[in-house]
Amino acid sequence: MTGRLPVRKTYKLYVGGAFVRSESGRYDGSRGFNVPRGSRKDVRDAVKAARSASGPWAARTAYNRGQILYRCAEALESRAVDFAVDRPEIDASIDVLVHYAGWTDKLQPVMGGINPVAAPFLSFSLPEPTGVVGVVAPDSPALLGLVAELAPALAAGNTAVCLLSGDHPLPGLDLAEVLGIADVPGGVVNLLSGRRAELAPVLAAHHALNAIVDVSEDAALGAEIDRLASESVTRVRHSGPATSYDEAVRDPLSRLEAVTELKTAWHPVGA
Amino acid sequence: MTGTRTQVVWDYAPAPESPDHVRLRDSYGLFIGGEFRDPVDGERVPTINPATEESVAEIAFAGPQDVRAAVEAARAAQPRWAGLSGLERGKYLFRVARLIQERARELAVVESMDGGKPVRESRDVDVPLAAAHFFHYAGWADKLSYGVGGREVAPLGVAAQIVPWNFPLLMAAWKLAPALACGNTAVLKPAETTPLTALLLAEICQEAELPEGVVSIIPGDGSTGATLVRDPDIDKVAFTGSTSVGKDIQAALAGRGVSLTLELGGKSANVVFEDAALDQAVEGIVNGIFFNQGHVCCAGSRLLIQESVADVVVGKLWERMGRLRVGDPLDKNTDVGAINSREQLERIEELVDAGEGEGAQRRTVACELPDRGFWYAPTIFTEVAPAHRIAVEEIFGPVVSVLTFRTQAEAIDKANNSAYGLAAGIWTDKGAKAFEVASALQAGVVWQNTYNHFDPSAAFGGYKESGFGREGGPAGLRPYLRIA
Repeated sequence: MTGRLPVRKTYKLYVGGAFVRSESGRYDGSRGFNVPRGSRKDVRDAVKAARSASGPWAARTAYNRGQILYRCAEALESRAVDFAVDRPEIDASIDVLVHYAGWTDKLQPVMGGINPVAAPFLSFSLPEPTGVVGVVAPDSPALLGLVAELAPALAAGNTAVCLLSGDHPLPGLDLAEVLGIADVPGGVVNLLSGRRAELAPVLAAHHALNAIVDVSEDAALGAEIDRLASESVTRVRHSGPATSYDEAVRDPLSRLEAVTELKTAWHPVGA
Repeated sequence: MTGTRTQVVWDYAPAPESPDHVRLRDSYGLFIGGEFRDPVDGERVPTINPATEESVAEIAFAGPQDVRAAVEAARAAQPRWAGLSGLERGKYLFRVARLIQERARELAVVESMDGGKPVRESRDVDVPLAAAHFFHYAGWADKLSYGVGGREVAPLGVAAQIVPWNFPLLMAAWKLAPALACGNTAVLKPAETTPLTALLLAEICQEAELPEGVVSIIPGDGSTGATLVRDPDIDKVAFTGSTSVGKDIQAALAGRGVSLTLELGGKSANVVFEDAALDQAVEGIVNGIFFNQGHVCCAGSRLLIQESVADVVVGKLWERMGRLRVGDPLDKNTDVGAINSREQLERIEELVDAGEGEGAQRRTVACELPDRGFWYAPTIFTEVAPAHRIAVEEIFGPVVSVLTFRTQAEAIDKANNSAYGLAAGIWTDKGAKAFEVASALQAGVVWQNTYNHFDPSAAFGGYKESGFGREGGPAGLRPYLRIA
């Protein structure tokens, strides 16, 4: 026997800021690794963690959220070699994070403003996060397709529960380690591997979910998500996956609006 | 009444608004392709004045073939409409705005005759705001990209629009004005019980020489709406109405890629802090819940009062409620008009019964109500628990449920404890507190020291199960555009 025995990584789900096994104890194989096969209960736990983290994350300043997103870009850059993803896709994912890091304090002036109402009131409309966003990530590109939806959700002040590609979950699970060292508070991002057909309906039907972004490109699943989402008027956005940096940032406002509420406040002027 | 103060009772002589200048036809067809047509497979039904239960006019309801014809007309008209310059499209909308202003008195009277709302409200709120909405969006038509962050835009195509019976003309304006400004054509379905002002708006479209097919107006009941949203050739659905119907529409559109905007129900919290100007707050509470008989999606139907002033506020409110004038919607002194329909009256009665059954304390103003028509006297519930149906479900009538709180944090928790998130009110004289509470409330509209104010430049729409998408201002353009 010569040389050193490498230390293998045990892949785990990322829920509430912790690396956990599926409560079900199930797993699937992917590229020589055992990957936890998330369960319905894991989805519910993740939504609960995201809901708990939602208020404090939304209450942070836009400046602070921007710095954390930028920190994610820094961390991804430094860990690029750890990802089983082509370098151009990593680079695009990093740049998408940088792009949306800059959106945190631009959203309000771009989407909101003072309303020139015909009455003596200061009336203004401001974007607020919708709350908890579900992301049904694409198979390909597994990393960029995920980051292109996760970054706008976080930039707008939401927390997220992401169902990773069943075929290619490793980049998403690796991303958990990036988030874990980038000051993203526990529960703000939750990453679940597992079988999409089993988990996406559970996520879409969850009443504590405010919006769902479906990038699966699976028409039948998409229709099922729509139906389940209607039970609690959950906002739904379907989209093809971004396959390049340019596509990910071609229409950022649509991505941001899909996870944003506009609040109009009226305050009296004068007595 | 006890005490030594002399009670002054003000008598109000009747001040009826004359309907003489209203020129209603006996019968209205469907407005499709720029003309009024007989229905192909729809029926004709009378539309009732809820204050008298008498028929005001006969209305054609659209059947499935009629819906199809309206969508086809909209589809045929859309390329040319979108091909007009924004300035020209806008000029048509300016014409519509002006014609609404010219026919304002007639529209106000008809609105009150068909829907039962006090003519003072139709005259001062519904009709002027409808005109203002067209005026606002007319000016957007040639500036669309400025409203969406400078992006190149294109219309969605054909918009199917369904509006409720509580603000018939105003909701039609909220729907049509932005859709048309953005280059879409529209098929509008007014509510079953209140189609008349939408049909007058159809006449106005003719007077404005709006190109045929750009707007079609097809009255009908729920089945007409269900057919319309299932039509295979629509690109957009915009619905204002109940949350249950909104959910059905969202489900019906599953997998179709049709853009959807929902403006649904509410159980909005009106929060009164102990440092508020209480007399002013009482006026705001009255406006919040008794405006339009409480037939308002954003009505302040959950009144949250800080415990230290709860008795005082409820006392003042009860006294003020006793002075509300309930009756003839066409009397300019009337504060609370007729309930829109027998069905809605029964819904209110059922929920009020549930409130009493669950143990809340009910007080209803003792006032004379007309013999005919649908009426409900202003009602207040105290001793309401958060789980009571009257604290959870939308009553959509002149019924307010009072809950109390001790701290600001409790007020926010209770206000947000709802599946809905349409609107909220805050009454306090402390500016910093008002801003803090406003930002913590999960509601699309938050009014401080006022309630039920609307403006075409200010976005309106809900959080949570109160719907998604916004109407008003630049945000109201986005649901009718795609980024090119």
